[in-house]
Amino acid sequence: MRRTNWLAALLIAPLLLLIIGSFLMPVGLTLFRAVADREVAAALPDTSTILAAWDGQRLPPEAAFAAVARELAAALEERRIGDVAQRMNFERTGLRTLLLRTARAGDRLQAPYVASLVALDARWGESETWLMLQRAGGPTTSLYLLRAMDLTRGPDGAVMQVPDDEKLFQTLFIRTLWVSLLVTAICVLLAYPVAYTITRLRAPWSSVALTLVLIPFWSSVLVRTTAWFVLLQREGPVNDALIGIGILEAPAQILGTRIAVLLALVHVLLPFAILPMHSVMTRLDATYLRAAASLGANGVQRFFRVWLPLSLPGVAAGGAMVFLLSVGMYTAPALVGGDRDQMVTWFIANFMTRDVNWGMAAALSAYLLAMSGAVIALTRILTGGTIQAGARA
Amino acid sequence: MRDHPLARLLLRGTTVLVLGFLMAPMLAVVVLSFSPTELMVLPPRGFSLRWYEDFLTAGRWVLATRNSFVVAIATTILATPLGTAAAIGLQLGRFRGKALLVTLLTLPLVTPYIVTAASMYFAYSLAGLSGSLLGLVLGHTVVAVPFVVMAVLATLQTFDANLLRAAASLGAAPLPAILRVVVPNTWPGIAAGAVFAFATSLDEFVITLFLAGPGQFTLPRQMYASVREFLTPTILAAATLLFLCSLIFLLVSEALRLRAARKVVR
Repeated sequence: MRRTNWLAALLIAPLLLLIIGSFLMPVGLTLFRAVADREVAAALPDTSTILAAWDGQRLPPEAAFAAVARELAAALEERRIGDVAQRMNFERTGLRTLLLRTARAGDRLQAPYVASLVALDARWGESETWLMLQRAGGPTTSLYLLRAMDLTRGPDGAVMQVPDDEKLFQTLFIRTLWVSLLVTAICVLLAYPVAYTITRLRAPWSSVALTLVLIPFWSSVLVRTTAWFVLLQREGPVNDALIGIGILEAPAQILGTRIAVLLALVHVLLPFAILPMHSVMTRLDATYLRAAASLGANGVQRFFRVWLPLSLPGVAAGGAMVFLLSVGMYTAPALVGGDRDQMVTWFIANFMTRDVNWGMAAALSAYLLAMSGAVIALTRILTGGTIQAGARA
Repeated sequence: MRDHPLARLLLRGTTVLVLGFLMAPMLAVVVLSFSPTELMVLPPRGFSLRWYEDFLTAGRWVLATRNSFVVAIATTILATPLGTAAAIGLQLGRFRGKALLVTLLTLPLVTPYIVTAASMYFAYSLAGLSGSLLGLVLGHTVVAVPFVVMAVLATLQTFDANLLRAAASLGAAPLPAILRVVVPNTWPGIAAGAVFAFATSLDEFVITLFLAGPGQFTLPRQMYASVREFLTPTILAAATLLFLCSLIFLLVSEALRLRAARKVVR
């Protein structure tokens, strides 16, 4: 027996190592990045050390001014000032300019540094600038996680809401949840009668119908979303048809609207709702129905008191799968949605590639993971089983 | 036990509509890809293969197809043995925490792809793997391998462990016994896992978008870029060809499923 276990461990180990190394560790690193704050300490080590000992009253000592002037110039020289400038600019817009201007001043800054820095830019004379540098000294920060919820810290360090015109993420999360819930509801409502009918159909019709569900299930999300992109164009077939039957008078702009996103998402995710329901229903014992009938239950009673409760695990599994995939879906909204229809995923992508703000991308990822985890946990509690995944979104 | 005729009519009507909704966009793409002009209108005004010719002669589409197949083949070669070995190990082993291990190995399936992609983008660039073929194959393998594990685990449920004991009693060493007893008896599951891994890699888009280097265009990535740039029926030809691949994968996987089912009956 022990030998078998050794063999089993030997067989599992390679894949386990691969998953740990190229999946679990990267995801862990992302979660760590959501709270990590190392840019300032890395670029301005001496300044950080001096500021760490500063009590925050009035202005820091001359040594801090000297250190920041020297270290910023050195960081510019060695071309690694970008990270710290970006980090501080995220703390307050405009700090990037301050840091770059100071770094470029280089040799022109002379002792006493307090005077020459303040002469260069009055913001060096404000203790708030220094407080922000002190707060960014690391090694961890709640800045990104707070900002991803439209929260920030005031000068005194208390958590507060960001100004209304900068609010973005609360709406974003509510929109993501709302769209996902709507898609899940539509998918479950459409999938249930289909799964029921397929289960009750006779061969070969049941196989034919099931194949028509499996074909979209197997084809790629991008292909299906592209199809909607083509169909929904201004001069596309859907507009033509709507004008043809007299619903529309002129072509409507459907692409870039919420309707387009919902259509594409429901189309992409519907098979993920039908298949688990169908698999639960085929295993459902028909003798229960006969028993109910022999006890005098009519069709409606048989459905609501026997069939529906017994098929609920399939509904829960399918609904959870659709919700999970919908929350994490990037392709469909990115392609057919407008700016106001984008979900958390789009912002993660943007923070990564356009803004190069990895802290924000990581914080949003952390919340997205938490949402997914909560859905999985909830489904497990409700159905007592695992979700049968089959996602290729 | 029959449903009320009216209920049956309603249910079948809904089913036909929903299945029509599922199939229609794909059929439209297939039809439009044979359009003789750049206009994408239904019903088509003629038939032509010019967009397929364009696909086969345009350098970027040919390159994207080649890249896609290179990555998919490499992913399948990496994912199939790793996933099969892990599934056999999970079936053979008698230890605690097996359920946890299965969850861990299939975690990439329920993690939002964008989070996986972002994380790999961070981590692989630290490891110097971003923009490399190896990085892309590793990324695809992570999301493809759970399908192999699940497919092989499913066929192993019907594998008679006594066969392995018999092999051992006849003096076979453990590893050769697995290769010569377990693998031949579960090959439909292993093949189905391989098909799923190949299909997953061929269709994978989000991870590719972030991990691939400037020159590493796969078919989905090229399609996405082209759609955003300028919509031509060539994209629809590419979509139709990918769709055709999915149909083949579906056929093969169904054939393998039937084969596995027959094995059990016998």
